[in-house]
Amino acid sequence: MDFQLTEEQTLLRDTTREMFTRAYDPESRLKALDTELGWNREVWNQLAEVGVLGLGFDEDAGGQLEIHVVLAEAGRRLAPEPVLHAALGPGAVIAEVGTSEQRALLDEVAAGERLLAFAHTEPGMRRPTTTVTTTAARDGDSWTVSGRKNPVLAGDCADTLVVSAALPDGGTGLFLVDASAAQRKPYRTFDGQRGAEIDLDGAAAEPLGQGGDASAAIERALVRITSGLCSEALGSMEEALRLTTEYLTQRKQFGVTLSKFQTLTQRAADMYVSLELARSMALYAAMSVADGDLDPAIAARAKLQIGRSGRHISQEAIQLHGGIGVTAEYPVGHHAARLTAIEQTLGSSQDHLHTLVDQLGDYDVVTV
Amino acid sequence: MQLALTPEEAAFRDELRTFYTTEIPADIRERSRAGTEVTKDDIVTTHKILNENGLAVPGWPTEWGGKDWTPTQHQIWLDEMQLACVPEPLNFNVKMVGPVIAEFGSQAIKERFLPRTAALDIWWCQGFSEPEAGSDLASLRTTALRDGDTYVVNGQKTWTTLGQYADWIFCLVRTDPNAPKKQAGISFLLIDLDTPGITMRPIKLVDGSVEVNEVFFEDVRVPAENLVGEENQGWTYAKFLLGNERTGIAQVGRTKVRLAEVKARAKANGLLADPLFAARLAEAENDVLALELTQMRVASGSTGGKPNPASSVLKLRGSQLQQLATELLMEVAGPDILPFPDGTDTASPQWARHSAPRYLNYRKTSIYGGSNEVQRSIISSTILGL
Repeated sequence: MDFQLTEEQTLLRDTTREMFTRAYDPESRLKALDTELGWNREVWNQLAEVGVLGLGFDEDAGGQLEIHVVLAEAGRRLAPEPVLHAALGPGAVIAEVGTSEQRALLDEVAAGERLLAFAHTEPGMRRPTTTVTTTAARDGDSWTVSGRKNPVLAGDCADTLVVSAALPDGGTGLFLVDASAAQRKPYRTFDGQRGAEIDLDGAAAEPLGQGGDASAAIERALVRITSGLCSEALGSMEEALRLTTEYLTQRKQFGVTLSKFQTLTQRAADMYVSLELARSMALYAAMSVADGDLDPAIAARAKLQIGRSGRHISQEAIQLHGGIGVTAEYPVGHHAARLTAIEQTLGSSQDHLHTLVDQLGDYDVVTV
Repeated sequence: MQLALTPEEAAFRDELRTFYTTEIPADIRERSRAGTEVTKDDIVTTHKILNENGLAVPGWPTEWGGKDWTPTQHQIWLDEMQLACVPEPLNFNVKMVGPVIAEFGSQAIKERFLPRTAALDIWWCQGFSEPEAGSDLASLRTTALRDGDTYVVNGQKTWTTLGQYADWIFCLVRTDPNAPKKQAGISFLLIDLDTPGITMRPIKLVDGSVEVNEVFFEDVRVPAENLVGEENQGWTYAKFLLGNERTGIAQVGRTKVRLAEVKARAKANGLLADPLFAARLAEAENDVLALELTQMRVASGSTGGKPNPASSVLKLRGSQLQQLATELLMEVAGPDILPFPDGTDTASPQWARHSAPRYLNYRKTSIYGGSNEVQRSIISSTILGL
């Protein structure tokens, strides 16, 4: 048992932290959100240069622990670059399932030259599932897919979509679809990210890998992306608490700093407890994936804790700040927005609690 | 980072698991698991078996019977003990007075007390709290005034847990009433409970049990050689002791066993099929898992056995979850909690009849060992810098 970062992981953390800190302060982040793309190509290229956009694509490229440290730093700065949704998440699916020709796309992804999106979630989908209503149809050697995908994070800018679709003979397949073959309605999400509703109407599709039922691969992809979301949320929570403690030591009311009021400091202590519990579970998820254990129940456990801690910390962070906490100018409200968005991405706390309830009777003592 | 135990750690765990489940009598472990009364004899028997096998005081210096273990090994020692429902070796001896004597005592006082303390030939109790000194411990008023080779002790201690079984008491006493700061005039004194002038009175608790006492000292003459370390340095020793007390206080293993008990009872009476109840239990399990992983992080990251402020997180959250487990068991029992477990034969099972008294008793866990409000103050000042 070992919870220490290696030297390389520490270096990667420091490098990305410095990169994001240099790229974004609260003001410049808001400016980036208002651009057409919604994020910064230069930062994207820098991420490619240090190898971040290829993490997890093959054994030499680092794994989930490296992804954990990078996404935690993205969360800390609320960096809008879609590292998880346009590169690492869908990229890992291609890496796992794709043919060698398809895997060659990953070089472009890692170089920052091609953007992906995992078009899996559909209207009405709550708990992470591999069952979809989008259908795949075959005509000789060629395939088409039809259906609606929403929300598709990074679907607005993607060049290539990784689409899940029900196969004619049962099971769920995975297909590569050129984004130009889809109809997209791009939008901003309330937390400053970008996404799209994607309509596929007989869009030309290329089976990923050998084709056939890819449910197991989809399940593993959802576990990896959930773990990544937990890591990002952790960084955001950590910064929300840091901002809050800083504020308590600086802001004066009644002639003294807010840190003199136990009613506030005791609540900050509870936020710290929530943060540490979230950290443990985010690490649990990432370490399990890194060990090759892609158990959806572990992802559910982590996401549930992240959801609880994220709700607690974001609400208290705003309350302890007072009015400034709900202004657009000050970052703490944006952390609350991001944490709120993550809570409803790939299953909420309640959805994941359902998963845990379903297996509650299968064992006696809960174990790691 | 590596979640799995190393092969050495796994072998260590298996060895301990086998030891606990084969060497500690099954009836003792069953009483402990069921949460009915664990007797004095159960504690003594278990403690002595552990000590004879070198497993009672692993945290002490090696020359006094401690083990040269890694923090993870210490954690495994405790977790496996709790999972096997083995009563822990007596805290007052093992985690409180023993380490203080070993760290701050003279060679003479170490030789005099440490072997008998490790073997539980002396049962220690704690004389810290007073009626006017609870969370504000440094306000204590019990005095020990020097008279030649003895201290004359006057005052009152309270909340003395299991004092009714104890042979000796370790006390914080005021040796310099004129010290400029109230923390400065305190000393750490060992007192034989057979000394004339000591009266122990039980305090009956809301659950009907007697586990804490009041202790009165009236002109009690204590040999000066029973002073640990230096006069007026007792506050330093007390802080050291309290830091030790908080490690392991999370009781993660025991709470996991309690939740398994809740689940088994709920399965048996059908409540587990109620989604509202199942959701609460599943969430409680997740909470305890998050705490366990946090404890693993603290253990694997701690250095030199020094108390870590993160232990306040473990105490705070651990006590909340211990309490939650008692609430859930009452929920499973329903109206069967009503008959008091006094020996009357009713259709309500014993476990159900014990569940409400235990729930009420366990409100103590967020109060003792430094109340949870004190833990939050430690977190906000020491960790958050507020």
